[in-house]
Amino acid sequence: MFSRDRWQEIFQTIAKNKLRTFLSGFTVALGIFIFIVLFGLGNGLKNSFQKFFVDDANNVIFLYPGRTSKPYKGFKANRRIEFKNEDLEDIKNNFPFFLESLTPRIERSATVRYKNESNSYTTRAVAPAHQQVEKTIIMQGRYLNNNDMVNKTKHAVIGRLVAKDLFKNENPIGNYIDVNGSAFKVIGIFQDEGGDREERNIYIPYTTRQQLEKGNDKLDQIVVTFRNELGHTGALAFEAALRKFFKEKKAISPSDPNGIYFRNVADNLKRNQQFAEVLQLIVAFVGLGTLIAGIIGISNIMVFVVKERTKELGIRKALGATPLSVIQMILQESVFITTLSGYVGLFLGMLLLKNLGVKLEDYFIINPYINLNTGIFATFILIFFGSIAGYIPAKRAARIKPIVALRDE
Amino acid sequence: MGESSLHVLKGIDFNVNKGELVAIMGSSGSGKSTLLNILGMLDSADEGIYELDGVPIKDLNETKAAKYRNQFLGFVFQSFNLINYKSALENVALPLYYQGYGRKERQQQALDYLTKVGLRDWATHLPSELSGGQKQRVAIARAMASKPKVLLADEPTGALDTKTSYEVMELIQQINEEGKTILVVTHEPDIAQMCKRIVKLKDGVIVEDKMTEQKSATAHV
Repeated sequence: MFSRDRWQEIFQTIAKNKLRTFLSGFTVALGIFIFIVLFGLGNGLKNSFQKFFVDDANNVIFLYPGRTSKPYKGFKANRRIEFKNEDLEDIKNNFPFFLESLTPRIERSATVRYKNESNSYTTRAVAPAHQQVEKTIIMQGRYLNNNDMVNKTKHAVIGRLVAKDLFKNENPIGNYIDVNGSAFKVIGIFQDEGGDREERNIYIPYTTRQQLEKGNDKLDQIVVTFRNELGHTGALAFEAALRKFFKEKKAISPSDPNGIYFRNVADNLKRNQQFAEVLQLIVAFVGLGTLIAGIIGISNIMVFVVKERTKELGIRKALGATPLSVIQMILQESVFITTLSGYVGLFLGMLLLKNLGVKLEDYFIINPYINLNTGIFATFILIFFGSIAGYIPAKRAARIKPIVALRDE
Repeated sequence: MGESSLHVLKGIDFNVNKGELVAIMGSSGSGKSTLLNILGMLDSADEGIYELDGVPIKDLNETKAAKYRNQFLGFVFQSFNLINYKSALENVALPLYYQGYGRKERQQQALDYLTKVGLRDWATHLPSELSGGQKQRVAIARAMASKPKVLLADEPTGALDTKTSYEVMELIQQINEEGKTILVVTHEPDIAQMCKRIVKLKDGVIVEDKMTEQKSATAHV
């Protein structure tokens, strides 16, 4: 294996048979190159998917009050159910194991005015935890905090498009907007991946909203987030526990489908995870396919190489080459070429992926990459199967009687 | 190896002594090439005994055959069978490579043999840059390089014109004069006349085996 003479022999063969060397090297380099690029692009696609879908909080359960449809415990049917501030405390106290955070949400549409500009927007009265639920991104200023809740401040966090509509080029932060006749100070501007509609919302403290509405303690909806580790089953268990708890508390018949509604985003989570798995599978499949194509390519080349060399091998055998030395020569040469060109393909593929970076973002491919170990492993696989593919015809060639090989023209 | 078997040789019984120059003659299909291939261990006999230098050649696997070929035998073929991407020198050095000589030693010896066949100046040329006669002389140098006990030549002049043929035969005679045993397969009577003994084959059996008055190839050149 390490005999200098044999290497010299191999280098000479390689140097004197440039087309053959180029063909087999090119096949391997191309195979690895395509594998790296496709695998990388697949990963890029997965990245986009993560960004678009999985980035919205998935560990969320929405609770909506409704009207009962069955009489229960002396109450008539068609009774209106309402959430109150104490319900928030109850959830906090009763479900510490599941709960991550919670926030109420009271939505009111309002006419909002700044100087001469006015427009109709939705105000969402919420608690600070709402930022995680919607994945609201603060561009400027800050989000609502606990002080705003306790002090019932007239602070507003406005969407990017609200700021654009009302303030044009002016900086909204610190200015006052008129929301249905009350002045709110703009403390922050946000953007949201959810699109234009989301960016036309205005967030205010829910306590402030309650005070404006004659100091009541009513809540529209309650949004809870649960700990991510719970997974899909945990989320379903949490939902069932919440349902049981509130039906009891609000005196709703256990068999009443109305009265209180739940929307559990965990179902989305599961769907998204399944989709991500399918993507992963496609990426793996593409990778495997490319590798197999590469192996077939190198196998063909090896058959061709051995066929082309049959006569030469016959001469060598007539001059005293043992079958073993014939096989060794062919294999060592092929492994040498595959290894070298495999790593050339690996390097070029990685280089291309690195240069692509964010250029394909428009095609939903973000930051394509491949784990270096995966690349090296694939190259190794190709070398390995290339050798096996070379071994079979080499062995056959080594077994042919020299006289038969010499007759071959 | 073939799909159908054909009984080619039907009982060959003969001895070759050291230093002989034997012509094996016969029309095509008489089995002369098959005989030479068996003697050269390029092919194996179905039955019979073959002894070379007192060593019985039997039950050869390819590895063993390769070793014997390398140590005992030198081949010269009608179609030269030089490796086309190797220079004359490298072609001649190849059997020495398989004998395990070092690079310097190989090249020195190969150059000596090329000098002997008069092609020293052509050492770095590829076979495609040589004439037929030159190619055959390179092939002879290569066959000699492994210092074989027997030189086997299968129609060595078959692809050459008369003048070149005689030049090659002159070389073969010269090598024989130095004491090398040589077997030449040919169907040309004038070539056979330049050997010391003529064995005639017909349909797989020896029909004639006689010593002959050797004609010098030099006279014809």
